[in-house]
Amino acid sequence: MGQPVVELRGIVKRFPGVLANDRVDLEIHPGEVHALLGENGAGKTTLMRVLAGLFRPDEGTIALDGRPVAFRSPRQAIDAGIGMVHQHFRLVESLTVAENVLLGWHAPRFWLSKRAGAHQVEELARTYHLPVPAGARIWQLSVGEQQRVEILKAVYRRARVLILDEPTAVLTPQEAADLFGIVRSMAQAGAAVVFITHKLDEVMAVADRITVLRRGRVVGTAMPSRTDARSLARLMVGRDVERDTTPLATQPGEPVLRLEAVSARNDRGLPALREVSLVVRAGQVFGIAGVAGNGQRELEEVVTGLRKPSGGHVLVGDRDLTGASARAVIDAGVGHIPEDRLGSGLIPNMTCAENAILRAYRHPPVGRGPFIDWAEAERLTSEMFTAFDVRAVSPDSRVRLLSGGNLQRLLLAREMAERPRLVVAVHPTRGLDIAATEAVRGALRAHQEAGVGILLISEDLEELLALSDPIGVLYEGRLAGVLPLDRCSVETLGLLMAGAGAEREIS
Amino acid sequence: MTNLRVGPVVLERRVEPSRRALVLTRVAAVLLALLVGVVVFWAAGLSAVDGYRTMWTGAFGGGNAFAETLVATVPLIFTGLAVALAGRMLLWNIGAEGQFYMGAVFASALALWFPDWPRPLLLTAMVLAGAAGGALWALGPGLLRAKFAVNEIITTLMLNYVAILYVDYLVHGSWKDPGSLGFPLSKPFSANATLPAFFGTRLHLGFLLAVVAAVALWLVLRGTKWGYEIRLIGESQGAARYGGMPVVRNVVLVMMVSGAMAGIAGMTEVSGIVHRIQPTISPGYGYTGIIVATLGGFSPLGVLLTAFLFGALQVGGYTLQTVGVTRSVVGVLQGAILFIALGAEFLARYRVRWQPATRTVRPEPAAAAVGTPPAPENLEGTP
Repeated sequence: MGQPVVELRGIVKRFPGVLANDRVDLEIHPGEVHALLGENGAGKTTLMRVLAGLFRPDEGTIALDGRPVAFRSPRQAIDAGIGMVHQHFRLVESLTVAENVLLGWHAPRFWLSKRAGAHQVEELARTYHLPVPAGARIWQLSVGEQQRVEILKAVYRRARVLILDEPTAVLTPQEAADLFGIVRSMAQAGAAVVFITHKLDEVMAVADRITVLRRGRVVGTAMPSRTDARSLARLMVGRDVERDTTPLATQPGEPVLRLEAVSARNDRGLPALREVSLVVRAGQVFGIAGVAGNGQRELEEVVTGLRKPSGGHVLVGDRDLTGASARAVIDAGVGHIPEDRLGSGLIPNMTCAENAILRAYRHPPVGRGPFIDWAEAERLTSEMFTAFDVRAVSPDSRVRLLSGGNLQRLLLAREMAERPRLVVAVHPTRGLDIAATEAVRGALRAHQEAGVGILLISEDLEELLALSDPIGVLYEGRLAGVLPLDRCSVETLGLLMAGAGAEREIS
Repeated sequence: MTNLRVGPVVLERRVEPSRRALVLTRVAAVLLALLVGVVVFWAAGLSAVDGYRTMWTGAFGGGNAFAETLVATVPLIFTGLAVALAGRMLLWNIGAEGQFYMGAVFASALALWFPDWPRPLLLTAMVLAGAAGGALWALGPGLLRAKFAVNEIITTLMLNYVAILYVDYLVHGSWKDPGSLGFPLSKPFSANATLPAFFGTRLHLGFLLAVVAAVALWLVLRGTKWGYEIRLIGESQGAARYGGMPVVRNVVLVMMVSGAMAGIAGMTEVSGIVHRIQPTISPGYGYTGIIVATLGGFSPLGVLLTAFLFGALQVGGYTLQTVGVTRSVVGVLQGAILFIALGAEFLARYRVRWQPATRTVRPEPAAAAVGTPPAPENLEGTP
């Protein structure tokens, strides 16, 4: 290999109480896709922010093309050809694609000609196979398209090193596949691409070289052709990971959720869920697969009382909860693990105890008359901590200080604490590291065995196949097929997700 | 977690600013603002020592002065509570001033129409009427906010002018005292319509009412289900809806209780101090309440403290006039306190370190110099 385009040597970055990067060495070569693999909090993003000029390293050196550099601002890093696409996009929602791409760059200097700019951006988008409507405003775009705008921005600024931070976390499988194609072609064009992720399959699919970080240190490097997912996982976690896929002995029992021809409209008033009928039984995990935007959100909200159905019936146990309030649904014994944990499931600025009683505060022992018994609340919270292995925090620490895994454990603990009949879980392991994923899956499994019915909505086919039986596929608001586990495979589900089952009747 | 650098000073973001640090910064802000006052006094042609001594004597020099300070504290507690309660739900009630006036109007109506009701009955009814007046004045903005997401800052603010002008209209018209020699004043209240005062000063029962209200509100926020709902809705509407909480109802309810607080302040002012209704019953208590609530950290007990401080400033300001200095000085001081406190609060979220810049880049490869990290495991060839 020739001269690396980027050379990091002995990078140390400290935050109060945390050593985020500990003497990290990293070389990035032109034309390669370099995966930075590691669990949540391993220091991947911090390291790349150092490279992108957002953080200054406490120790260590950065060299570009063999020459040492010290970025004093992100601007200098951009000028030097380093582009970073952050996990949360840095786009101006109310401006157009072209305006976002041109914004803040040297040229044009003062006067922005919208037409010339749009033309230029369109040209660029064509060259790099990044199809985006240059005249559209950002808020009108899907997440995948927004990401392409971010990449376009970096390309326009002549980035030689493109850093993508967890780029697939927000994408559908199809969008992710498109992204892999883009990444590959950019590398072929001579750019260096750094791909931050904790997903092993992605690494194996897209990377030329892999650097594994654990607790701020480089613990290994590898080529995907000469390693396998298992060894990478061991390296990343620091121990062996077992996937529990043994079938359950228990048989499904009484129906806990029945949907009869349920329809619903989305936020824009368009039909999003069309006459969906299904039955979830006690002790059963009913999986819902599908590409995002095919009615999953509406299904979740109709069942949990957050959205009124436009037709059909929702029954929990034998109670008709069609159009009932979220409170009534909670009182009927439905737990809900929402997709947006910090936006709706938990309240980041409140304490663990305050979060833990979100369901329990209305009834004794926590709620007494008009009052809340905070001693009881703290006791309950400690119980949840023990039961779900939430570590190193106290009931009165703020939730936003918790790690992603602990957040989800707390959420699970709360939703499972009142012995629910039914749990609606949406992407329950998205964004979690391996250990936390195992914990969440274990908890779901344990409650399934205890007779809880679970409606699992996920895009992760592997997860659906590992946990659920049967699996149904939502396509354009219809339940395209409900298959028992032994007839499911990634291929059949993939076909159904792509709409191939619409004509064929599958039962 | 971003660190800021100003020359050799590094501002390091704290994970969680400590409670003590926040309280200390507020105290420091007050002291710093008093330093600013030195300049203001100097510009007004008075030595700062004389100026502050005059203010101190005015606010605390003797029983009567102290009583006056407490008297000025009463409406500030109520308006401060009004703003703080709404603030807990991230609602900005800028309309405490208008709600104050409407509370005064409602209470005065009873005082003027039924002057002969027994005193306990009349006073209780007046408190309730004052609360109702304020609550009704906040109901509109509350409903608009809850149902149509109309910005409550604008609606509450605009309604202030309506309320103040409505009082003007009344005292120039049907409520005008025929014996007032043309001044826009109502008839004086009957003895039964005035709050009892104590110790031969103007300190009236409203003070007790205000303290009770603050403590009660504190207990409600801390210990009740409703208080929990209010705090939770303020923090995250998404979570509140998810948890099945009645968000719309609580937005309206909180705005009404907030308005009621300010309305009671209007009642205690007309019934305890002015003893009639007239256009100048408030020197801006509703607006000062915003500063009081902000400095008090939107906590009822914090409001109690800051209201007292601002009450003292206000009374001290009145005495400044006796030595020929405009009491606008007090406005400058109040503004300076808020300004500095907000700035200081920003600093409280950071840890300040002295760290001269080091060259980030060294010519020699550093990896060889530092102790080597554990040798990276070579995966290639691993089965």
